[in-house]
Amino acid sequence: MSFSPLTEYTLQLADNALILGHRNSEWTGYGPILEQDIALSNVALDLIGQARYLYQHAARLINEGGAGTPEGGAEVTEDRLAYGRDGWDFRNCLLVEQANGDWGKTILRQFLFSAWQYYFYERLQDSRDRELAAIAEKSVKEVTYHLRWSSEWVIRLGDGTGESHERMKQALDQLWKFTGELFVPATYEQSLIAVGIAVDPGAVRGIWEEKVGEVFAEARLEMGAFARTSAPEGRAVWMQMGGKEGRHSEHLGYLLAEMQFLQRAYPNCEW
Amino acid sequence: MVETGTIWSLLEEVNDPEVPVLSVVDLGIVREVRAGGDEIEIIITPTYSGCPAMDVIRMNIRMKLLERGYPNLRLTTVLSPAWTTDWMSERGKEKLREYGIAPPLPLQQVCHPALFQREEAIACPHCHSYHTSLISEFGSTACKALYRCDDCKEPFDYFKCH
Repeated sequence: MSFSPLTEYTLQLADNALILGHRNSEWTGYGPILEQDIALSNVALDLIGQARYLYQHAARLINEGGAGTPEGGAEVTEDRLAYGRDGWDFRNCLLVEQANGDWGKTILRQFLFSAWQYYFYERLQDSRDRELAAIAEKSVKEVTYHLRWSSEWVIRLGDGTGESHERMKQALDQLWKFTGELFVPATYEQSLIAVGIAVDPGAVRGIWEEKVGEVFAEARLEMGAFARTSAPEGRAVWMQMGGKEGRHSEHLGYLLAEMQFLQRAYPNCEW
Repeated sequence: MVETGTIWSLLEEVNDPEVPVLSVVDLGIVREVRAGGDEIEIIITPTYSGCPAMDVIRMNIRMKLLERGYPNLRLTTVLSPAWTTDWMSERGKEKLREYGIAPPLPLQQVCHPALFQREEAIACPHCHSYHTSLISEFGSTACKALYRCDDCKEPFDYFKCH
């Protein structure tokens, strides 16, 4: 499928929200205690709700654009975009598709992403695409408490027992390499940044690092080294990228196999 | 020509499926009713993005209007300006309290990402004590937090500021 840059961009934001929402929903019924099970399920619900607005917007863009409809003429729907695309069509960043691991890793993934999403949505409210701006205005209120809740947990676990501290260090080691991608524009983003529709992801980096650094200091965690592109000499590290262009880690395929199973086996079924 | 006032009063009869004492008007999600010819347009704004009650509310509004002879309805969802608990009616807040849910405080106090904040005391809807504590920021639905009264010992839901 090939879409306009704006559609690709909208799908990227939708896929980020859906995939992380789905990952979090895998915890429903398995949380360490009831209150936190409910908390993470609430976060999942918010993210999937945001994904719906974004998929609805993408579907409208595709249907109005005419060209690029997947099955010649048939209307594209939010469900079709969520359940009918393959791994290489997904534009989400690699961070959100990583496996849940233990509670610490899930929390850290949420924190790294929420911190990015918070500053990102703040800026997207000024987008010249009015629908994206409205979705950002609505979503930033929800991301505010995702960020607060996940920050508090990062501190609690990082600055907790020897065991919890050690696990957070391991989680950081596994996840840090996926953060670089958040700040590098994909090909389809570049033209949109120039016309004031997309947020320049590079501009979010400084404030994100500041927030992460602040929380990590309290959590007694050390921030990882930065990507080659912006790091001072000697602090460079390899960052894994490609998700926003459709090159994913193997985790995404397994996730989609489960999430899309019903619609693949029984197309358009409702219950 | 349809009177918009009639439609507003019909909407007073459509309740939130999760908090059935509140009508959609009390909740503040109906932003505007427009009538032109025999078509009616109702503008609604969702509470929380993922709130599953929104689909049910949309359907219930449609059913109610259909039942009273208004089949030509357009339901438009608008996201901006974003819904806030400030839009909940005073009568709605009173109904919540009577139902056993502490209503949202009039001023938003925790809508920023600063950590480990203490919220102002929430009054227990049962014994009205302010001696209460937060159990969890997340409750049975996206809009509620879970509290406990340290005097009468009853747990209760708080419809949180948003």
